[in-house]
Amino acid sequence: MASDQPTIKYSQRAGQSVLEVGGPWTVFSIREIGKTAAKARAASGARKVANVDASAVDQLDTAGALEILQLAGAGPDTKVQTQEERHAELFKLVQGNMRKAPPERHPNWIAGWFAEVGGTLVSGLKQVTHLAAFVGEIVVVFGLACLSPRRFRFPAVIKQTYEVWIRALTIVGVLCFLIGVVIAYQGVQQLKQFGAETFAVEATAIAIFRELGVLFTAIIVAGRSGSAFTAQIGTMQVNLEIDAMRTMGLNPVEWLVLPRIVALTLAMPLLTFWGDMAGLLGGAFACTIYLDFTFVQFFERMRDTVGIWNFYTGMIKAPVFGIVIAAIGCFEGLQVKGSAEIVGQLTTKSVVEAIFCVIVLDAIFSVIFLLADV
Amino acid sequence: MSDTAAIEKAAEVHLPELQEGGQISDHSKGRKVAIRVRGLKTQFGEGKVIHERLDFDAFKGEVVGLVGGSGTGKSVLLRTIIGLIRQREGSIEVLGTDTKGLFGEKERQLQSRWGVLFQDGALFSSLTVAENIIVPLREHAGLDEAMMREVASLKIALVGLPADAGDKKPSELSGGMRKRAALARALALDPELLFLDEPTAGLDPISASLFDRLVRRLQQSLGLTVLMVTHDLDSLNAICDRVAVLLDKRVVAGTMDELLAFEHPWIHEYFHGPRGRAAARQAGTGDEQEGQRG
Repeated sequence: MASDQPTIKYSQRAGQSVLEVGGPWTVFSIREIGKTAAKARAASGARKVANVDASAVDQLDTAGALEILQLAGAGPDTKVQTQEERHAELFKLVQGNMRKAPPERHPNWIAGWFAEVGGTLVSGLKQVTHLAAFVGEIVVVFGLACLSPRRFRFPAVIKQTYEVWIRALTIVGVLCFLIGVVIAYQGVQQLKQFGAETFAVEATAIAIFRELGVLFTAIIVAGRSGSAFTAQIGTMQVNLEIDAMRTMGLNPVEWLVLPRIVALTLAMPLLTFWGDMAGLLGGAFACTIYLDFTFVQFFERMRDTVGIWNFYTGMIKAPVFGIVIAAIGCFEGLQVKGSAEIVGQLTTKSVVEAIFCVIVLDAIFSVIFLLADV
Repeated sequence: MSDTAAIEKAAEVHLPELQEGGQISDHSKGRKVAIRVRGLKTQFGEGKVIHERLDFDAFKGEVVGLVGGSGTGKSVLLRTIIGLIRQREGSIEVLGTDTKGLFGEKERQLQSRWGVLFQDGALFSSLTVAENIIVPLREHAGLDEAMMREVASLKIALVGLPADAGDKKPSELSGGMRKRAALARALALDPELLFLDEPTAGLDPISASLFDRLVRRLQQSLGLTVLMVTHDLDSLNAICDRVAVLLDKRVVAGTMDELLAFEHPWIHEYFHGPRGRAAARQAGTGDEQEGQRG
C-alpha cells in the first residue's frame, strides 16, 4: 500500500487498542501529521494504545518512527509490529533512545532583568581589575625593557610601525585633506556674513592643529590598527598560540603587546603631523577657490596669526592616544576565550572603547590646556 | 636511501589494470550505485594536478573507507563529490543525479539527501547543539517547533550524548562530544548518504571504537551509504566493507582481503606495516570473540 501521505488508524484487536500506521513516514512527509492524528484519535475515541502495527509502512526514518511512537504514547517497551526487519531495527533504535525533549524555558522577565544588570556590573568590575593588572604588567615589562633594551624586540616594532604608520599614510592624508577643505569652506561661508572671511584661515588652522587633525587620525587608527591588534591577538588566542608562548617562557605582553604599543606611540605623532599638513593643504586649496588667496598668502597669514602652541597641543595628545588605542586593542585581544566568534565581538568592542577613550581624554586635555592657558 | 624514500620511489610504479570504477575485482553485480565518479580531474589553478582519470564507485548500503598518503587528495575528492570544489573534467553522479551544473531547487533536494561530517565538526558556533541539529530540519523539512525539538533530542541520544548537551554551545564541548554533535547534525534529515571526514581523528581509542560502532549501527538500521576519509586502520578493519586507496592520482578500491593481496609497494606498506598488522590482528580476535559468544 503505497501512498503519498502517511495514514493513521486507531482500532481494536482482541480487546486492546492498536495504532495502525501506513505509507511513508519520513522527516519530509510528516509535516501535516499533527492534524491528521488528532482527527483519527477523535474518530476512534481511543485513549491509550497498547500496540503499534506498522506493517503497512513503506518508508521509514528515525523522525517518522519517533512520531509513530509518540502518537501511540509508547514507552520503551511497547510492542511494534513491522513488516520489514529493517523497520523493526529502526524502531528498536529509536525506542532505546527516546527521551523527553527538554521543556521550553519560560524565563522570568524581572529576574532575568536583575540577573542581566547584576551580571553586567560584575563583569564590568572584573574587566576593571583585569585592565588594572594588564596596565601594571605593561608598566613592569616596559621598565624591564628600559633596563635591557634588547627586550623591545626591535624587528617586531619595525614591522608593526610599518603596518600602522606607512600603510595608514594614504587614508589619513586623504581624509584630513578633505576635512581641511570642508572646514575652510564652512569658515568662509559663515564669516562672510561679518565681512571677516579672511579669518577662515585662522579658523581652519587652529581647528586642525588643536582638534581635528589628531582626533581624526586617532579615529582612523583605532578603526584600522586597534581592531587589527584585537583580531590578531584574539586569533592567536583561539589557536592556543599564546598558551604555547607562555609554556616556552615567552611573555606575550613582551612579545606581542609591547611592540605594538611602542609602534603606535611612535606612529601616532607622525601620522598626526602628516594629517595636520594634509588638512592645511586642503584648507589652503579651499581658500584659493573661495577667497582668491594664493597658497603663499594663506601660509603667510597663518604664520603671522596662529601661535605655535596650537600645533603643540595637538602633538602632545597624539602619543597618549596612541598608547590608549594600542593598549585597548591588545587587551581585548587577550580577553578572547574559546571560539572564533568571540574575536569578532571583541574587535567591535575594542574599536568602540578606543574611540570613546580618545574622546574622553581629548576633553580632559582641553581642560588641562585651558588651565595652563595655552 | 632511507626507508621512506624507498617507499615513495616504489609508489611511482604504475598500477595494474583495474575493473570498472577502479575496483580490483568487480563487486557491482546486482548493486545500485550511490556515487559514480568517472574520468575525474581536479587541479588547483594552473598548479598541481590532484586527481587525473579517476574512476570511483560507491554502492548503496556499504561503508567505503577512503585512504591515502598525506597530500594525495582524500579530502579534496570528498569535497569535490559534495560540490565544494569544481572538477576540471569528468562526471560525478550522486544518488543518480549528475552534480555538474546543478543549482537551485534540484541542488537543495540533493543536499537534503546527504549529510556531511567535517573534520572538526564545523558546528555553528553561535548556536547550541540542539539548534545546530534543528537548522537543516527547519530549512528542508519544515516540521513544527515541538516536533523538531523532539527529533533533535532523539538525534542527540542516538549519537550517545547526554541530554543536557543539547543546550550547550559547541565551544563548551570536548573534541569527542563535538564530533558526536556534528554527526547528529549530519544525521538530522536521515540522509541516504553520509560523508565523514576523519571521524575518529583526535579521539581516544575507546571513543574512537565507540564512534565506529555507532556509525556501523546507524548505517545498518538506517540503510545508509557511508564514505569516510580515515587514517584509522582500526576503523577500516572494523566497519568498512570496501576500502578505496588514492594512488597515483587515481583510486584503487577493493575489500580488505583484496587489498592485502594487492601487489603495490605503498598499499603493502600501509596494510602490512606494524600498525596495519596490529589493527588486523585486533579485528581478527574481535571476530573470534564474537563468534564464541554467538
